[in-house]
Amino acid sequence: MREALLFAGARIVDPAAGRDETGDVLVVDGLVRPIEEAPAGVTRIDCSGLVLAPGLVDPHTHLREPGREDKETVQTGCRAAALGGYTAVAPMPNTDPVADSAAVIHEVLDLGAQAALCDVFPVGAITRGQDGESMAELGEMVGAGVRMFSDDGKAVSTPRVLRNALTYVRAFDDVVIAEHCEDDSLAADGQMHEGEHSYALGLTGKPRESEEIVVARDIAVARLTGGRLHLLHLSSAGSVEMVRRAKAEGLRVTAEATPHHLVFTDADLVGYDTNFKVNPPLRTTEDRDALRAALADGTIDVIGTDHAPHAVEEKEVEFDQAPPGTIGLETALAAVLTHLVEPGSIPLPRAIELLSTGPARLLGAVDHGGPIEAGRPANLVVFDPGAEWVVEPPFASKSRNCAFNGTTLRGRVVHTIYRGELVVTEAKAQR
Amino acid sequence: MNKHLLSIHDVTAEDIVRVLDTAESFREVGTRVIKKVPALRGRTVVNLFYENSTRTRISFELAAKRLSADVINFTTSGTSVAKGESLKDTALTLQAMGADAIVIRHSSSGSPLTLTRWVHGSVLNAGDGTHEHPTQALLDLYTMRDRLGRLEGLRVAIIGDVLHSRVARSLSFALVKMGADVTLVGPPTLIPPDAPSWGVAVSYDIDEVLPKLDVCYMLRVQRERQRQQYFPSVREYARLFGLTRDRVGRLPEGSLIMHPGPMNRGVEIDSDVADLPQAVMEEQVTNGIAIRMSLLYLLLGGRAEEVSADA
Repeated sequence: MREALLFAGARIVDPAAGRDETGDVLVVDGLVRPIEEAPAGVTRIDCSGLVLAPGLVDPHTHLREPGREDKETVQTGCRAAALGGYTAVAPMPNTDPVADSAAVIHEVLDLGAQAALCDVFPVGAITRGQDGESMAELGEMVGAGVRMFSDDGKAVSTPRVLRNALTYVRAFDDVVIAEHCEDDSLAADGQMHEGEHSYALGLTGKPRESEEIVVARDIAVARLTGGRLHLLHLSSAGSVEMVRRAKAEGLRVTAEATPHHLVFTDADLVGYDTNFKVNPPLRTTEDRDALRAALADGTIDVIGTDHAPHAVEEKEVEFDQAPPGTIGLETALAAVLTHLVEPGSIPLPRAIELLSTGPARLLGAVDHGGPIEAGRPANLVVFDPGAEWVVEPPFASKSRNCAFNGTTLRGRVVHTIYRGELVVTEAKAQR
Repeated sequence: MNKHLLSIHDVTAEDIVRVLDTAESFREVGTRVIKKVPALRGRTVVNLFYENSTRTRISFELAAKRLSADVINFTTSGTSVAKGESLKDTALTLQAMGADAIVIRHSSSGSPLTLTRWVHGSVLNAGDGTHEHPTQALLDLYTMRDRLGRLEGLRVAIIGDVLHSRVARSLSFALVKMGADVTLVGPPTLIPPDAPSWGVAVSYDIDEVLPKLDVCYMLRVQRERQRQQYFPSVREYARLFGLTRDRVGRLPEGSLIMHPGPMNRGVEIDSDVADLPQAVMEEQVTNGIAIRMSLLYLLLGGRAEEVSADA
């Protein structure tokens, strides 16, 4: 039997139960229990001034294993996740080999179970080897536990491929097809958002339209099929507006935004810092503000980190030679608290909804995202919303390519409780 | 002057005048039998060229040698770079060897700025990607001022593939800074969408622009751009935007024809036109050495008496 823990005097923010109040939470033997069942010798953990919420769920992570264990492993990525307050992550399939078969999915699941720091929900590839054309054995992967499929890194090549994928997965319950929306011909060689800053820096741009064209295409195919479509890391105001209209129309479409797209803009690239080179690119203040508004009005359903670790020597190069991506698991919560909650873009319960409840629903992760009720698995995070810290390497992640490096954030994870166990306590990972 | 020259945005109009005036005194050095002054004796200048550019490299090499600096040419073929060494490690190596100035030419925009993070010496941008080529712009300004006596109010058209041209960018920024009237001319596919924000005019009609010019500045147009569908054929490009024998008569008397080289004779400029007396490409090359001497000298903090002592 595991230890009994009493989290006392926390502000409990539990969007799934519509709850935001000060109170106690008892965890016994991996489950949330009624307070009156507290056994003698329960460990009392003072949480006054702290927030207790359902553990965060990242619907968009790159753990790099198998294939690029020099950048990240399932274990180091899960440790970074736990330190960031996550109790579940969904690694994308662009590994080597690609997670396009049950065998690779099982390998990632096994590695996650060995790490035992959070739940791992592998995302399967839509097409074999992510070639964009030939459908992978989706049914077999569903059998292995996959609930989301994506060719993240690129869009499927044609509307026909998407049509078949969206239609085929109707055979299974609650399976979602997630698209990286980008038109290769318009985005070719693009290094950043096309606009005044790309022109000034002499870097080839990716216009907003390279995303919007595929968002429009994919929404049309969702309408055609009635399928369940999720759009990853939206970056443009125009995309947001299309999703808003699709939802109003009643289509089964959901959307994601990343912390970096919600905080930074293309103006941050003026020093050619490759940590700001991400895909889709950081766009203008107008786009960023449209994303923020879309969080508030429900157009965007989840915040995903798109945690993308890269080796130091891959990022410390000429700008056009660096791979795109920033790590984000250890900074996402603080970035959202500092840049969205504190200035009043969204209230704290909505932030937790976007970081936990929404992604849990998206992934079919029923043990996550709350409600925090007796009998439910204890996947929880406790954080200090006011604690200030400067983001700097080293990280628990194997990589250090973080767009937030050098910035001051407020909000620090104190405890992460994964299936009733304190995997992070006093901001230290326990393994 | 800043420590580095990465972009025309790093220099003020006053700096530009100072660079041009200093080059004036250095040009004279090039006419002597012994073409050398001791201004940078004992200093080390490294030419770090990731792109082939014989003319720019030789120009910098001569400039540094005429200032008595020790010059190291570090080209990428047959070196550690060809063996996969990163820009960072190359930079740290050059730093360890005590380079006072590094002249970098690179196909990646922003590489000179990236290089400044790893070295203590001055960095001179000798052309980076599609970003900037500030020393070319300054030698062009020098040539214009030398020939026409002024820069303010000068009417200059920059004609050709402006979109991919670091020369066009640096030259436009520098000319606008000095009060010249700049018009960019080319097919709309090769004009940068943000050109109006540079403080320049844009035209798609070369015939309408030519009669109003003091300087007609032609850019190299790579045949590669046809394959990328920026224009339908080289033939049509030459017809619509080339400085042809027929067209050159529209230029006012006393106006200059310039080109940063290397020229594509028969594409952007007719062979006969390139050889006209008003075409000053060779002067651009000669002045390039004086400008680069001036820049190395000013950036490395040389003193004026070292020039005049020997002059």
